[in-house]
Amino acid sequence: MSTPDPVKSQNTPKAAKEAAPRPEKAGPGERQDHRKAAKQFLESPEHAASHDTRVWAMRQRRDATMEGVEEWEELRDLASQIKTHALTHLDEYLEQFADNAAANGVHVHWAGDAADHNRIVHEIFKDHGVKKVIKSKSMLMEECGFRHYMEGVGIDIVETDLGERIQQLDAEDPSHVVVPSVHKMRSDVAKVFSETIGSDPDNDDAYYLTEQQRQHTRPLILDADAGMTGANFAAAETGGFVVCTNEGNADLSANVPNLHVASIGIEKIVPTLSDMGVFIRLLSRSALGSPITQYTSHFRAPKEGGEMHIVLVDNGRSKRLGEDKFWSSLKCIRCGACMNTCPVFRRSGGLSYGATYTGPLGLILDPSIDAYRYSNLPFASTLNGSCTNVCPVKINIHEQIFEWRRVLAEDDQIPWTKRKSLAAAGDVLASPKAYRTAVKSAHSALKYLPDWTIYNKLNAWGQVRDFPDVPAEGTFHDWYRKHRLNNSDTAGEG
Amino acid sequence: MRGRNEILADIRRNKPAFAAAAPTVPAYDDAYPSDTDSLIARFIEVLEKMGGTWAEPKVDETLDATMRRVLAERLPDNAIIASTVPEIAGNRRVRRDDDPHTLHDVDAAVLRARFGIAETGSVCFTERELIVNAIGYLAQHLVVLLDPAQIITNMHRAYARDDYKQAAYTVFHTGPSATADIEGVLVRGAQGVRSLTVIPVG
Repeated sequence: MSTPDPVKSQNTPKAAKEAAPRPEKAGPGERQDHRKAAKQFLESPEHAASHDTRVWAMRQRRDATMEGVEEWEELRDLASQIKTHALTHLDEYLEQFADNAAANGVHVHWAGDAADHNRIVHEIFKDHGVKKVIKSKSMLMEECGFRHYMEGVGIDIVETDLGERIQQLDAEDPSHVVVPSVHKMRSDVAKVFSETIGSDPDNDDAYYLTEQQRQHTRPLILDADAGMTGANFAAAETGGFVVCTNEGNADLSANVPNLHVASIGIEKIVPTLSDMGVFIRLLSRSALGSPITQYTSHFRAPKEGGEMHIVLVDNGRSKRLGEDKFWSSLKCIRCGACMNTCPVFRRSGGLSYGATYTGPLGLILDPSIDAYRYSNLPFASTLNGSCTNVCPVKINIHEQIFEWRRVLAEDDQIPWTKRKSLAAAGDVLASPKAYRTAVKSAHSALKYLPDWTIYNKLNAWGQVRDFPDVPAEGTFHDWYRKHRLNNSDTAGEG
Repeated sequence: MRGRNEILADIRRNKPAFAAAAPTVPAYDDAYPSDTDSLIARFIEVLEKMGGTWAEPKVDETLDATMRRVLAERLPDNAIIASTVPEIAGNRRVRRDDDPHTLHDVDAAVLRARFGIAETGSVCFTERELIVNAIGYLAQHLVVLLDPAQIITNMHRAYARDDYKQAAYTVFHTGPSATADIEGVLVRGAQGVRSLTVIPVG
């Protein structure tokens, strides 16, 4: 092996020593208490501040890179339209994809649900005598509880994405779809690594810790019997799929062991390879503000002498396709932009959601997986619409969050306190006149609504937040009338 | 257990009642410079932002010398150089039937890129250039020969090409392996190569 880079010191005396927050996750059959878990997260103020700063920095980098792409809004429209086209023809494109993949020499499997997925992959591993597996990050496999299943049958799974590996070694769920350990500080990572892979407990330098993981993981990569990846996109035209990473860990997982198994959600299909231009241009810019991930990898057929399997997973997606108000959530490309911009996510951290998908996208995906368990989640939102504004595939996220509240209320899945305030809020918000009266009578848009919809005791993430100052010029509508409208023109009620 | 037929039947039953047409995607590259030098300059700018290095060979310098100059401090004595190109000999031959594991000790791999993308500073490889796919990730450092005439404008143009559609594996590398998973500190050299150097060679 060659020499690693010279040691670059990052240590500062300010490194946090505060214990990592451990928000509670609901047990089996229980309802996740987001309010309580958010409060537990906020009890570690250094972590809360660090999380807020880091996540918001990703949003700012996204904005900066977006401004350099003149056709950004057109790309969002195109991405949304391609996904609408693909989803309204999903049966055709899925068949085309599966047939083309099979013709390319790939073994294609179909999994109706998470249990099917895990069993199918287990069968493949049994057939090949696989005991040790390396894998890249896959939210779908998280959704399927894949790693836990494999632990139960004695197959060793090693995560190769650094953030995901940190979470695996800490026996904790990922908190963010793109940066799984974003809620942790480097002191936490130093502790986890010192206890699991034997790093120096007193060295919390990010370069040192990253190098430790590299050195520890490389032999496991070389020793693995099989590699697994997910997929960001799949093209019906070629029967191939695309995986985007910054670490190159998906390419190691797929290319070093002889056997490559890819788990792909059925909603990932787009018609052609040329559609990929739109999505690749949007994905990493929306996620991290970089023009592209360091690696954009296209797998179409097994490597020479190798074997490739694709498991196409439904797990509730075909059902969601039939839900009038929610089917478009299947457009999601898991960039995490909605999370980075969400004031609630930034304040409460991903673990407080107790779910695979966290932040705004979690609010609209999780309840369709388990309505009771995640019935509190659609309330973890200010409905400010920022998520919708940054979504690269233009999902109306905040409207779907509101719609989930309605659906869950009708299904009686919501605790009575939330139902009561929802009913009151619903009445006022549904009537522009009543809303404006309510806002005016309190002289400020920030004084009335937040009292009982946002910063009340039900929402732990609002309790430790300062109220912004009341604008000197009254409400937005007052300001708008004064500065933007002619006297002859009156603001409509719509 | 629901298999292919059941899943497809559920999709047919549940999919939205309307059928939306596929949009036409423009190439969006009107604003790119039409002369090669400006396009190269754009490529270099983004490549460097993404952590890659652009290394022009000096007058009378061999490509091997260019490579060793750029990687000087990073290569150990008796470095193992695995080359898949005729321009740089290296000291480890890579053959199509090599077991990927045998490449674990490679210090630097030398590859020819199929093309480059100015928008992102990316270089493209397929299994034809990689010979053994894993070489692009197991090596500590990557040295890439790129014909400057093969730099195209943007991702739309990259995906419109049909020269790699039949490849089993196609990858765009943009700078070296990187992560910022620990407190947002950007570290180059996560799981894959620690550095990526592009040498312009026609």
